[in-house]
Amino acid sequence: MPKMNLSHFEAAFLFSLFASVVMGVVTKRTDRDRLHYGVYTFGCFLLALFGLGWLMYFGHG
Amino acid sequence: MVKEKELQQKQPMPPMGAWLPAVALGWLIPGGGHFLLKRNGRGALLLASVTGMFLCGLMMQGAMFQPQSGDLLTTLINTGGFIGDVCSGILYLLSVCFGYNQVDIAGHVHDYGTKFLVTAGLLNILAMVDAYEIAAGRKE
Repeated sequence: MPKMNLSHFEAAFLFSLFASVVMGVVTKRTDRDRLHYGVYTFGCFLLALFGLGWLMYFGHG
Repeated sequence: MVKEKELQQKQPMPPMGAWLPAVALGWLIPGGGHFLLKRNGRGALLLASVTGMFLCGLMMQGAMFQPQSGDLLTTLINTGGFIGDVCSGILYLLSVCFGYNQVDIAGHVHDYGTKFLVTAGLLNILAMVDAYEIAAGRKE
């Protein structure tokens, strides 16, 4: 099995991508709504990722 | 709105034969329930996402949980993690059959890998619930 050595950002980005696709697919009732929700969820993941990243940066001083 | 919710709650349980094959296949093969119900596009997306997440977890050398007893938190984390791992279906079974046995070691990549493995199973539970709703006629 090949090994992956990702940074925090890369791992969290991949996690967000896979989770958003599944959440988009299973949540809504039309394809259009599914696409919108998937993109929205991915955006929220990224926002939280950058937000928490900066919070930790400033928290450490 | 409230009446609609009440109506939805009062819907009788559909016969087991209508949804069990889709849910069982959905557990064994991520997206399999959707393929069985002729939702091929959605099934393919679920298959790719859950399998992709599980394989990334393996390549990051994440650890598989084993049920353990002890204090409440230990029991909760290990049993919950084990259930999450098992819910990946054939991916979990194959990795165990081929002898994947990564011990829990320090490092952010391994830690992410462990979370990827559990989350793949949890996402597959969402896919199984969706397959159930489609098979029961509650969703297109």
